[in-house]
Amino acid sequence: MKQAQSRSLSALFQIGGLILAFGFVTIILLLVDADPIEAFRLIWQGAVGNSSRIASVLVVWVPLALVTCGVLVTFTAGLWNIGIEGQITLGAIFTTGVIRLFLDTPVSPVFVIILSILAGMVGGAIWAALAGVLKVFGGVNEIFGGLGLNFIATALNIGLIFGAWSRPGVASMSGTEPFPEIYWLPTFQNFRFSWYSILLSVIGLVVIYFLLQGTHFGLRLKAVGKGIKSAFRLGIPTWQHMMLSFLICGLFAGLAGALQVVAVYHRLIPAISSGYGFMGLMIAMLINYQAIWVAPIALFFAALNIGGIQLPIVMKLDSTLSGVLQGSLVLFILLMQGVKQRVLGKQ
Amino acid sequence: MSGDVILLGLAGVIASGAPIVLAAIGETLSERAGVINLSLNGLIILSAMTGFWVAIETDSIFLGFLAGALVGALVSTIVAFSSITLKQSQVAVGFILTITCRDLAYFLGNPIMGRQGPIMFSTPIPLLREIPIVGPVFFQQSLMSYFSMFLIFLAWFWISKTRPGLMLQGIGEKPAAAFVRGANVLRMRYFYTILGGALVGLAGPLYTLSVKPGWKGTITGLDGIGWIALAITIFGGWNPIRVAFGAYLFAFLQWLGLVLQSTWTFIPSQVLQVAPFPLMILTLLLVNLGNTEWMERLLATLPDGIRNWVRKLIRSLRSQPPAALGTPFERQ
Repeated sequence: MKQAQSRSLSALFQIGGLILAFGFVTIILLLVDADPIEAFRLIWQGAVGNSSRIASVLVVWVPLALVTCGVLVTFTAGLWNIGIEGQITLGAIFTTGVIRLFLDTPVSPVFVIILSILAGMVGGAIWAALAGVLKVFGGVNEIFGGLGLNFIATALNIGLIFGAWSRPGVASMSGTEPFPEIYWLPTFQNFRFSWYSILLSVIGLVVIYFLLQGTHFGLRLKAVGKGIKSAFRLGIPTWQHMMLSFLICGLFAGLAGALQVVAVYHRLIPAISSGYGFMGLMIAMLINYQAIWVAPIALFFAALNIGGIQLPIVMKLDSTLSGVLQGSLVLFILLMQGVKQRVLGKQ
Repeated sequence: MSGDVILLGLAGVIASGAPIVLAAIGETLSERAGVINLSLNGLIILSAMTGFWVAIETDSIFLGFLAGALVGALVSTIVAFSSITLKQSQVAVGFILTITCRDLAYFLGNPIMGRQGPIMFSTPIPLLREIPIVGPVFFQQSLMSYFSMFLIFLAWFWISKTRPGLMLQGIGEKPAAAFVRGANVLRMRYFYTILGGALVGLAGPLYTLSVKPGWKGTITGLDGIGWIALAITIFGGWNPIRVAFGAYLFAFLQWLGLVLQSTWTFIPSQVLQVAPFPLMILTLLLVNLGNTEWMERLLATLPDGIRNWVRKLIRSLRSQPPAALGTPFERQ
């Protein structure tokens, strides 16, 4: 009975946070003389208005769900893997590299695609391991190590696009030369999304759910996240667990980056990570690090992203409004959680 | 390169280092009180946009800076409220704010993109400007640049030489002990977080009204500055003088990158632009090495003479955070 009561109270505070977030964005819209109802309607229409828009939402959902799965592992170990953006980028770079290697060879394209995706996962894991080594052996806080590595990954990416891998004749921000269609992950009919990507994300979601909820490894990670010293005293090899959590997160980020190349852009572009890594961190915070909520909330965030595209076209507003809405949702729900704890603590 | 060009370049280093000094000193004050304000990156972008907007509308540079400082204070109040009063994770709230403020700046700044605004010109100081070398480098700056130089010494003096400064160190190191001695820990943390945030908020308009005039949306080129300022705070060991040195060093390296770019054209400009970041990681590695366990073990295997020498070197580089940084204060 008591549990049910506290749960409904929790929901009440969450709804409160939701209302505050929408209230805040409404005020922002009124500030720029825009009709809030029209803006919200446009975002909704832009996300689910027709089947190709829904397909676009699914395209964004795949990397979002994958990176959120990844950062859940590092969060569980008590780590702030801000380097996730760079890990996505490295995944995309490795994937592109492998495909380029086999471009004019008779090797079966199916094999090349599989190999390139695996290479992408390794690339993400390597970049994550760097942040891990800096943290564990260098004493460099993972937030700053990760941020630095993000910038380096971006430089590497742009360096490749404008240098070694530049388009013959014209190196440009549009990215490298697109691959021949045989190296594309097949999409569903004429839509932009691929069932293979969706399948890989679903597998990722299931793996992470069971890894964190149902295994000893997950339990030990939690212990490390709750307090390194006491976990160490319990006999848990702490630094090994921290490194492993970085590696697993890197695999997921690398997979996200790989799929951006083989299933979405079919080439390397400058903003290949698209900020999905940071969004994954936000989603993880919003769902209070519970794996069961990754799929629906990632879908919601993806819908906001795609819906926001309509804003500049129709209302001459900047599409970053979606980001403002996402950010204020996370902020206000987190604040309301604090308010709840304070109110309940006082009783 | 002639002497005059070098002096001009160095004056530019002081000018472009000024906003980083403001931001890093503001963060230092906040962190000295025990609160990490991770919202810096977004806060600088939002205050840059707001300051520019207000300056256009009112045609007053002063009001532009005031608006920037207000934005900084306001955002930092959210950080303070959620971490000090609601005891939520400082890192989480700061991260959310840094992303949200950035998006908010790009959204609200859309209508003023590319508009002409007032620019703060330099105000050479009579007599001092005549001093050879020092004059042209340090005393032909904008008023805000002078303020940032003055702030370095003010912050240093305040923290290490005054009673309230000692109290500030206390609430960051041993809040419980400071509380017993009569310090209002929570109120002081609020005060320094908001004051620090206001200083960070001055950095934004300093870009859009002086160092990189104008607001150009996502290509204004301010994304990343806040993270650099946060790293410099650590590099500087939470000591205003060392922090300022780090800020100017960063500005110097950026200038060096620009100079090299014109001679080494085979390196893509994007690569040189991010060159400071690996350096940032390296410096963080250097200042943290002394805190790691394996370094201690490694040192133990060295012969005495070398060991003492290495230990001295590491100790001089090492920086240790305020002991209570990032933790909420509970009254027992």
